[in-house]
This record gives sequence, C-alpha cells and structure tokens, in this order.
Amino acid sequence: MTISRDAVLDWLEAFAAAINENAAYLTQLDSDIGDGDHGANMNRGMQAVLTILPGVADKDIGSIFKTVGMKLVSTVGGASGPLYGTFFMQMGNATADKMELTLDDWIAAMQAGYDGVVMRGKAQIGDKTMVDALSPALTALKTQRDAGAFISDALRAAADATKQGMEATIPLIARKGRASYLGERSVGHQDPGATSSWYLMRTAAETWGKAR
Amino acid sequence: MKKLINSSETLVTEELQGIAAAHPDLVKVHFDPNFIVRADAPVNGKVALVSGGGSGHEPMHGGFVGKGMLDAACPGAVFTSPTPDQVLEATKTVNGGAGVLHIIKNYTGDVMNFEMAADLARGQGIQVAAVVTNDDVAVKDSLYTAGRRGVGVTVLLEKIAGAAAERGDSLSQVTAIANKVNENGRSMGMALTSCTVPHAGRPTFEIGDDEMEIGIGIHGEPGRERMKMKSAHEIVEMMATAIVDDLPYSSGEEVLAFVNGMGGTPLIELYVVYNELNTFLTARGITIARNLIGSYITSLEMAGCSITLLKLDDELKQLWDAPVKTPGLRWGA
Repeated sequence: MTISRDAVLDWLEAFAAAINENAAYLTQLDSDIGDGDHGANMNRGMQAVLTILPGVADKDIGSIFKTVGMKLVSTVGGASGPLYGTFFMQMGNATADKMELTLDDWIAAMQAGYDGVVMRGKAQIGDKTMVDALSPALTALKTQRDAGAFISDALRAAADATKQGMEATIPLIARKGRASYLGERSVGHQDPGATSSWYLMRTAAETWGKAR
Repeated sequence: MKKLINSSETLVTEELQGIAAAHPDLVKVHFDPNFIVRADAPVNGKVALVSGGGSGHEPMHGGFVGKGMLDAACPGAVFTSPTPDQVLEATKTVNGGAGVLHIIKNYTGDVMNFEMAADLARGQGIQVAAVVTNDDVAVKDSLYTAGRRGVGVTVLLEKIAGAAAERGDSLSQVTAIANKVNENGRSMGMALTSCTVPHAGRPTFEIGDDEMEIGIGIHGEPGRERMKMKSAHEIVEMMATAIVDDLPYSSGEEVLAFVNGMGGTPLIELYVVYNELNTFLTARGITIARNLIGSYITSLEMAGCSITLLKLDDELKQLWDAPVKTPGLRWGA
C-alpha cells in the first residue's frame, strides 16, 4: 500500500528515460511557441540526475528529492530549471526522513511541489503552463484518496487528469513565459512544460502501477 | 544545419576557451560553473556588475566584461539563461565589498535564476541589488504577458552603469543610474531570416523569401506580426515610429541611437538603417548625440536588426563617453 524508496528511484529513472525519448518532440513544441530548448534542457538535467542517483540511493526519499531538485536547478537553466528544481526541492521538504510513501504522503509531496512551482513562476491556472497539467493531477489524487482508492488507481487517475490538463493548454493564450510574447498566436499549440509534466505523472503511474 | 562547430554539446565550453585564449589581459574564464570575470577582479571598494543570459547573443555579455563595464558575465547554454550556481559563484568572485548589481533581461527564466542566486548570495552576506531591463516596445506590457522583454538597452545600460561603478558610485547610485537608462530606453527588432539553435538542428521558425517578422525577440522567438518585405525606408519608419511614440521622444531632445545587427546582417545594411533613422529623427526635431552601430546583441546567424533609442542628459553622455576596455567595446582606454 506504499511507494518504496526503490520505487521512487525507479520513477526518477523512468522520467529521465521518457524525457530522453521525447526530447526532440518537446523541443519541437517549444520551437512553435517558445525558443526551442525545452527538450534539450530537460534532457541535460535528467541525465545529470541519473549520474548522481547512485550516490543518494541509500538516503531517505526527502534527501533524494532535494538532491534531484538541486541538480536540476544547476543543470537545466531557463525557466524549467528553477521550476522543476523547486518542485523537487519542495517535495523533498515534505518527505524528509521518509523511507516509503503512503498516498497521503505523496499528495502532501505533490502539494508542496505544486505550491513551490506557483510561488516561483507566479502562474495561475489557465496561463498555459505546467500548472495547468499539475493542478488537475493534484485534484484527481485528492478525489481518489477521499473515495478510498488504491494508490495505483489514484496515480492512474492523476496521470489521466494531467494528460487532459496538458491537452487543454492547446486552445489557451499563453500568459507566462516566452510564449506570452506571441499573444493570440500561441493558440493552437500544446504547452511544452505541461507536456513534460505529463511524462512526470505518467511515469509515476506506470512505475508505481502495482503499488497496492 | 551548417555551422562552424565541433559539436553542439561542447560549443559553449569551446567558445569560452577561445575567449580565455584571446583576451587574457582583459578577462579570466572560470569553468564549471561557467563565468567570465575581469582580469583584475575583485576590485576592492567598487560596486561589481554581474550580468548573464543565454549564449548565442555574442558579444553580449561575455564580450562586455572588463574595465568600465561588467565585472562578470554568466553564459548559459544557447538561448538558455544561466543557472543560480553560476550567478552565485560569479557574484562571490567579483564582490569587492561595495555590493553587487545583477543586470537581468526580462525573460522568465533569467529572472527566476537570478532571483534564486540573489537569495543565496544575500544569505552569504553579500549586498545584492538588481535591475531588470524591459525596453522592447513590440511586447504589450500587461498583466497578461511576462512583460516587455529586455533587449538592446541592456548593452547601453551595461556600459553606462559600468562607468558609474568605475567612477566610485555606491550600489544605490549605480542602481539608480541603471534604472534611469532602462526607463529612458526603448527598442524594437525585426528579422529577415530565422536562426538555428545548434542542439535543435533546424531553424526555429520558417519564413518566406518575401516575408519579414516584426517585433522579434533575441531568441529567435517569433515576433508579433509577419508581413511582406518592405524597403529599408519603410521598415525603419515603422520601427522608429513605434519606439518614438512609446516613451515618447520629443522634439528638442537628444538621444543615443543604437542600430544593432542580429548576427547575419552586414554593416552596409546597418548603415542604411542608420541613415534612415537619422533622417526620421531629424524630421521630428530629435538629435542623435551619440550612436552605436554594429552587431552587439545577436541571435546567432539571424539576419535583421534592432533599433534602440536612449534619451540622453549630460550625466548619461559623460558616462557613455567614459573609457571602456572590453573584448567587445573599447574606447578611451
């Protein structure tokens, strides 16, 4: 009924693999409405994370998340570095000393990470950012928990909600980041940050799918 | 993609090695984290200026490190802001005890990374102030965008604030002058062609032979309007009108006119633009008291130009004329 530390490490590896696999696609999305570097930057950051994971594999989950966050901040650059870095660092604060996560622990971590992203990026729902993908994920997790769902089902619901949130960015006018300079010309394009956030939630559901 | 590189992964490192090899008398280059500092850093008792941004805009910012301008520049990956650890280390390295001014172009990533670095530096007891440039009139400044972008005025600000720091101004004085430059400067850019970010491998946007992009940023991000090509006369009139009406710049005033190439436009065309700009401003009773013409804030190999006007007073003129000795800008020294 819990997510083990090893499962957390597996998730981080799966997220890195998803970013690596889709780096060109993320870059293409970013070229359409940004500056064409999201895939390369996230890939550089997550590959750097992979090199340091063995060194923290015996630590608690909070320390692992904090280390990942700091590595992303120092390797990704752009807006994604501070945003994803803050996301993981805040998740780390919320999971300090934990060796496994219950659904409640995961929701607390997600909430802390989400709040950190909102604080750092000052984006609101509907601004066409990663917030539009992460916010529905958090809502879905809470709804599932309140209904007494298994972790695996809650994670799948969260991944589905993230995907819907990501797709819902397509008709939006960007109000944050470089895409906002395009005004109405940003309509019709999927937000790259929301897309990488979907990989985050999708790999969590896939990796932890058997956690009951 | 055709580029004079060995690989996109090593591009920035190799460029920095080239700068270190070319200008040991002016700058020192630190690697991992990457930043460039003036050769005599830290200068005791002097306010230090730290700037930075994505690579691909050369000579900005690394080319502006040296006496009379920047104390440090932090280059990120191509078109990607530097990371907080770079900015923090640069800040610590150049801090001469009189405080450090961070010069940031108003792009979401740049602002966030510099803010994180400033928080860390203040935590280590260093006095840090910041100025965020936002001179691009092509962007609507509203609650619904990330605000106007920082473009051409950044170059002028680094020169002028650098001169103020060099003459011994305090951190609050240097910051005030930097803000004054930003408030009195306005810019607009245009592109004839796109550019190719090396790790992307293909042009950031497609544009027809008979088209141009007005209101382009400095990262190859598309502007606000795509239109059919026009003559230099018509293009300058369109850009200069937008700039002059924005501040506004009025008859009887003196300005610094900065005609900047985007990286792929030859000087011969920039002088045509300057000539049109001079005619346009003269007709409006605005005098060009100083000028800068050349490619100083670029977007890789993009063809196009930007125009920046800065309203001048005696103090700004004096600081502009003060000696500067950097790889990219040098006079009086």
